[in-house]
Amino acid sequence: MTAIVTVRVQQQDFDTAAEIAALSHGRTDIGAVVSFSGLCRGNDHATPIAALTLEHYPGMAEAEIMRHAEQAMARWPLQGLTVIHRFGRITPGENIVLVVTASSHRQAAFEAAEFLMDYLKTNAPFWKREETTDGGSWVEAKSHDDDAAARWTK
Amino acid sequence: MKVKYFAWVRERIGKAEETVEPPESVRTVGELVAWLTERGEGYAYAFEKPKVIRAAIDQTHVQPDTAIAGAREIAFFPPMTGG
Repeated sequence: MTAIVTVRVQQQDFDTAAEIAALSHGRTDIGAVVSFSGLCRGNDHATPIAALTLEHYPGMAEAEIMRHAEQAMARWPLQGLTVIHRFGRITPGENIVLVVTASSHRQAAFEAAEFLMDYLKTNAPFWKREETTDGGSWVEAKSHDDDAAARWTK
Repeated sequence: MKVKYFAWVRERIGKAEETVEPPESVRTVGELVAWLTERGEGYAYAFEKPKVIRAAIDQTHVQPDTAIAGAREIAFFPPMTGG
């Protein structure tokens, strides 16, 4: 069966269970499905956060995620993968991002999911702005995210 | 060419996009940043640390030494914080 690659950038929420089911439904060649969900936290260290607003670059966001999805498909023996990234205002507890990978065996599914998340963090054109009680500020990029993405180039 | 700005680069410049016609002497992404910086206080503030600024030509990541010839759309933005 052919591999299914789904990339969506959307404002509305997604149903994680339904996305996992869609990837594996009716197939008998998938032995491992890994999913990662990124959620909005209610605080950044001691500072309470009312909401995050995610700005994105329409067109490039989809293209950049698809480019890394294709790299993951080429690098690991995957039966399919799904990446969904939301934009707009997101409140604590809500979903931000979903990565689902399917493979015959777990190692490829785990590694590909981690690869995709590491690259989403550093290369997908999204920017988080935190809304706090005293205004708001843009989230700063973290060097440990760059380090995490760099290890895949080794 | 069309230039787009995102996140705090957009806020500091005060607009999301504009059309600019830099002189022929402006050949690379880095030279375009330097040229834009001269356009006003907001630009100077947005590009005060040029090494921090990321760029894309026609929706593909590029480096400061990338040539801008033939570009339809150039975007400038801070390091990305998605995921």
